[in-house]
Amino acid sequence: MAKQAILGLFQDAESAANAGDALKSAGIADTEYDFLTDSPYPEGAFGEREEKHNLYLYPFIGALLGLTSGILITAMTQVAYPLETGGKPILSLPPMAIVCYEGTMLGAILFTVIGIVFESRLPKMKMGLYDNRITQGLIGLLVNAEQEKGPEVMQILNGAGAVDVKSEDD
Amino acid sequence: MQEGKVLPAAQINRDLLRSILETPRWFWPVVTLLGLIVLVAAITIGVMINTGLGITGLNYKVVWGFFITNFVFWIGISHAGVMLSAILRLAKAEWRRPATRAAEVLTIFSLMTAMIMPIIHTGRPWRILYWAFPYDFARGVWPNIRTPLVWDPSAILTYLTSSTMFVAIALVPDFAVLRDRTTGWPHRIYTLLAMGWEGNPRQWKLQIIAGVLLSALILPVFVSVHSIVSWDFGMAVAIKSWHSTVFAPYFVVGAVHSGVSAVVFAMILLRWAYGWQEYIRHEHIDALGRLLIVVATGWFYFLVMEIVFGIYGLEGDELAVRALQFLPTESGVPYNIWMIVFVGITYFLPVILWLPRAWRRNLWIMSTACISVNVGMWLERYLLFVPGQANKQFLTFTWNDYLPQPAEAIIVGATFAFVSMLMLLFSRVFPLVPLYDIKEGDILKTEIKVGRRTVPATFRED
Repeated sequence: MAKQAILGLFQDAESAANAGDALKSAGIADTEYDFLTDSPYPEGAFGEREEKHNLYLYPFIGALLGLTSGILITAMTQVAYPLETGGKPILSLPPMAIVCYEGTMLGAILFTVIGIVFESRLPKMKMGLYDNRITQGLIGLLVNAEQEKGPEVMQILNGAGAVDVKSEDD
Repeated sequence: MQEGKVLPAAQINRDLLRSILETPRWFWPVVTLLGLIVLVAAITIGVMINTGLGITGLNYKVVWGFFITNFVFWIGISHAGVMLSAILRLAKAEWRRPATRAAEVLTIFSLMTAMIMPIIHTGRPWRILYWAFPYDFARGVWPNIRTPLVWDPSAILTYLTSSTMFVAIALVPDFAVLRDRTTGWPHRIYTLLAMGWEGNPRQWKLQIIAGVLLSALILPVFVSVHSIVSWDFGMAVAIKSWHSTVFAPYFVVGAVHSGVSAVVFAMILLRWAYGWQEYIRHEHIDALGRLLIVVATGWFYFLVMEIVFGIYGLEGDELAVRALQFLPTESGVPYNIWMIVFVGITYFLPVILWLPRAWRRNLWIMSTACISVNVGMWLERYLLFVPGQANKQFLTFTWNDYLPQPAEAIIVGATFAFVSMLMLLFSRVFPLVPLYDIKEGDILKTEIKVGRRTVPATFRED
């Protein structure tokens, strides 16, 4: 079934949330619409679905890779150019720990950043239906519903007090 | 803590993007002037590399002078970013909002400036690569990872990469605002940088988690960086007064002291330059002033401990360095007078200025106090490094004191112009106050009635 994107713009959070509730009552699943804002609102402010993510896994993977790189670099450097000092072991653990620590943290941070971008579904190569007024404070309600439900969705958005409603066809 | 009024998003965009969408008349003349100073320093560096370090005052025994002092100073300034951004973000301090971005950007630029110092200090900068990184496969010469001079680049590069990522991720929503407010080639660039950001709940949720998660990850790096910088000195057994276990926390707290002071001064300048009175308010400067009293006192404690530990052991060499620092010297260099000046302007003067609430809200007084701290902290590093090396030691027969030469003064002076120029150029293309953070603060701001009083309140999410 072909989908149609419809964007309603609201002046305040209350009317946007009401529009969301009205869409839900009309049988439109909460996965079919999204609220677009220019700043973070408290979770659940619009009655939106809870977002699941796996961001917390990324730092662990990065840390593990960073630690491994740190161990390899420091150990191989010392083995490749052995500096024997007073009969002590060639692999000196305290300095290795410092470089490994930095490697671990660097890996964790780099992978967290990759995770944030990936889990945010970015980069998005093609912007869908959007309006510049969203970054001026209006709240967008973007609905991706089946084409035949288009007129009904527009009616709901207008009825909930949208200051403007536009669709992909406009 | 909520003295400002709630502003519409359109006005926040207009005010905070003014530095990007309009060019003030003073902007290019100031940037050109700063650029010229940097150019003079670059030429001086060229001459120094060509003719050798003989044009500096460095000698045997004082081999670490102005450049290394300046390196530690700028590393110190770089600690402001994480201190303000990460700690205050984790502590959910509302007043952090206008200060975080400027602090993080100052971190990046001061780290970059700091890294230039040891590189040029080597005299043969091209060699530093194979001293620090295991890359020279052809000759089979590998770095000695047992020296702090190898730990240092690993820590600083980790910190620089992390801070840059931290800033870049937080900039994405602001790039979207710029994408929507620009036309032509700037629009195309900001569209690319915004990566298709549309501001849905998932993106915002991850952006908020990112702030907290990255803050928690960068904090240990922040502590490690200045600890490792302190080990550049602390691990040197041969030089008395450097070999102290208190150095790591002492350096970290000192770095926060100078860094936060620098951020306060930068915020006052930005407020004045771009007319951001509604965003960088007296309450923010006041809060930072109170924080600085605590930080300064913590730093003063470590300073006293460092001196007491040095004297308490009654070791001859250690006492000789302390005598050089606190008593008149044979060579006539007045380290003792500099010591008094340094303690006075780093602790007593600023703390006295920060104590009365009215003075903390006076921007002239706050600027004076913050500049005073930074002059003092620069002097602190100098007085920590140079007397230790100039001190006469057993079985060493060549003695010299250190007199900085014009080349060093030009290069060190120009680093301040370099950081200022980079900050100004950054503010020309990216917002220095995070727009979405300010807008979020306004959304969460409300007033509640308690009895007959209406008081400000802020809703916070866990």
